[in-house]
Amino acid sequence: MARFAARRLIGLVAVLFAVSVLLFVVFTVLPAQNPAQQLAGKNSTPQLVASIEEEWGFNDSVPEQYATMMGKVLTGGLVSYRPRVNVLEQIVERAPATLSLSIGAAAIWLVLGLALGYLSAVHAGSWLDRLLTGVAIAGVSIPVFLIAPVLLYLLSYKAGIFPSAGYEPLTGNPWQWLTHLILPWFTLAFLMIGIYGRVLRSNMLDVMNEDYVRTARAKGLSERRVMTRHVLRNSLIPIVTLFGLDFGATIGGTAIITESLYSIDGVGNYAAQATANFELPPVMGVALYGAFFVVLFNALADIAYAYLDPRVRLGEAPRS
Amino acid sequence: MAPDSPPAAPERARTRGPWALAGRRFLRNRTAVAAAVVFALIVVFVLSAPLWADRVAGTGPNQSHTLEKIEVGGEERDVVSVEGLPIGPQWLGAGGKFFLGADGRLGRDEMVRLMYGGRTSLLVGISAAALITVIAVVLGLLAGYFRGWVDTAIARTLDVIWSLPVFLIGLSVGVSLALGGLNLGPVELSGGSLLIPIGIIAIFSLPYVARPVRGQVIALSEMEFVEAATAQGAGPLRLMWSEILPNLASTIIVFATLTVANSMLFEAGLSFLGAGVQPPNSSWGLMVSNGVGLLNTQPLLAIAPGLMIMLTVLSLNLVGDGLREALDPRSAARVEVRGGTIPAEGAEGAL
Repeated sequence: MARFAARRLIGLVAVLFAVSVLLFVVFTVLPAQNPAQQLAGKNSTPQLVASIEEEWGFNDSVPEQYATMMGKVLTGGLVSYRPRVNVLEQIVERAPATLSLSIGAAAIWLVLGLALGYLSAVHAGSWLDRLLTGVAIAGVSIPVFLIAPVLLYLLSYKAGIFPSAGYEPLTGNPWQWLTHLILPWFTLAFLMIGIYGRVLRSNMLDVMNEDYVRTARAKGLSERRVMTRHVLRNSLIPIVTLFGLDFGATIGGTAIITESLYSIDGVGNYAAQATANFELPPVMGVALYGAFFVVLFNALADIAYAYLDPRVRLGEAPRS
Repeated sequence: MAPDSPPAAPERARTRGPWALAGRRFLRNRTAVAAAVVFALIVVFVLSAPLWADRVAGTGPNQSHTLEKIEVGGEERDVVSVEGLPIGPQWLGAGGKFFLGADGRLGRDEMVRLMYGGRTSLLVGISAAALITVIAVVLGLLAGYFRGWVDTAIARTLDVIWSLPVFLIGLSVGVSLALGGLNLGPVELSGGSLLIPIGIIAIFSLPYVARPVRGQVIALSEMEFVEAATAQGAGPLRLMWSEILPNLASTIIVFATLTVANSMLFEAGLSFLGAGVQPPNSSWGLMVSNGVGLLNTQPLLAIAPGLMIMLTVLSLNLVGDGLREALDPRSAARVEVRGGTIPAEGAEGAL
């Protein structure tokens, strides 16, 4: 187990290195424009460009430039240029909003998705089962670009039930925090509810055919106990991996768009605004620090999976 | 015709080939057929953009009408009010002008923009999907057939892309290139080129198609008919081209359909954030982001393009599902065993 975890963590470092090299290439090698001009953004003065050129060593050799970039990222010295503020500080300041959004949404999609999946596996073929299929197809097809404007318009502007935008810190007023986040939570969770329901359902139908389930029934356990203790428990294992991947992807993807749609001043919105102004250091910072969390979650999910299912760490392919 | 020729021809005529059978199965699936009709209507809708622009609206997608007035039911109205608010949907009240209203301070015709924007969205989605499919099939064939170090190299590269936070990196590439364009020796692209979003989507979505294709090539190349062909002296090219590739066809068709849907979502996400399609080009994702600011007064500016994205993606997903069922009759059983028919468990699906 320890060896598996160690191997996986070495993989993590390798992926992070790949990410950093990729981003370095993206920001300094690929663009046709002078990278100092790029970093400074669209409407910068020549003096600013010259000072950035000096600061980032754009006349040095390529490896030296990479070292400069990584030095800035690792020491938290990345600076946005208009206005001149520290990127890491900005990200840390906005992290609570992003975490509130993604953790809340993840809780909703796990609870609703797993409940729907469990019920439709137990009652396979019933109306509930068909409902789940509908929710799943709707979830993958209705983008946040539609859900958010419709919810905002109907429930916030028209009906006035929810506040329209913004984020209130949990430490300030918990009730305001909750009402401001309900629409964004459901917007973000909607896609996943159906997917998790379907995955759990098919895992459970799969596990129900296993010999040990027959044995459990044969020794006289109640159906409920068979379902919860034997079928559900084993069906949840693959969900762990899936959750690690999806939680990371949510933070690094959908959450950015959702924050921007609901004007939540989180890390994603910070990146979105920087993108709109073509200012690179914040984008670079969010991408690199964000990548760290995404990759870390993937690795943790894999390690948890190996812990729960010994076949993985013994090198056998898991069944599903 | 010789009178004693064997009566095999009429016999064969009555049996149907696998493609005809699949076609019949697809046509029996009402949901899939309806979805295909919806998708065809969307394509007709965006292709008729110049027609609507010239004949009905009398304006182009980027033409500003800020200071103009239009006549609605014998009454003059500002396209953009003094406060800077655009006119709402006129439907057919102004003879088809400003059918969905104007798009903001610039007073451009939203309907015309919706049609032209759809062209961009579909063009990017379909081109990216085509690129992904071709590259994925080539890589899958090479890796699955040759194995060894070729496979290791390809599979590891795909694994690395797979484990990257693709949306964040795609976003970074998008912003970085949108500003100054790309300059890589012979390859030079301007910042507004559609090839930039197409390329980003293609590279970062590649593993979602290439990995399953590779898996299937490996499974196929161990089948007896491949062994038989090898025994007859077929070389690697012929094996790949005429033995393995035809058996991949159904997988390729299904994945290509679903990949168009996912690529369109990816494009919408990038464009929404300003890192995809660049103005003056328009796309549905870009239009949502422009419309959200006016949601309170003109909700359709954000909801109409959002609805178009949904209709397109939903119809493509349903068609893809229908194709899967039609091309692989055993898939019904597979749905029970594997993770369901839902595509897109990855990053771009997560949009």
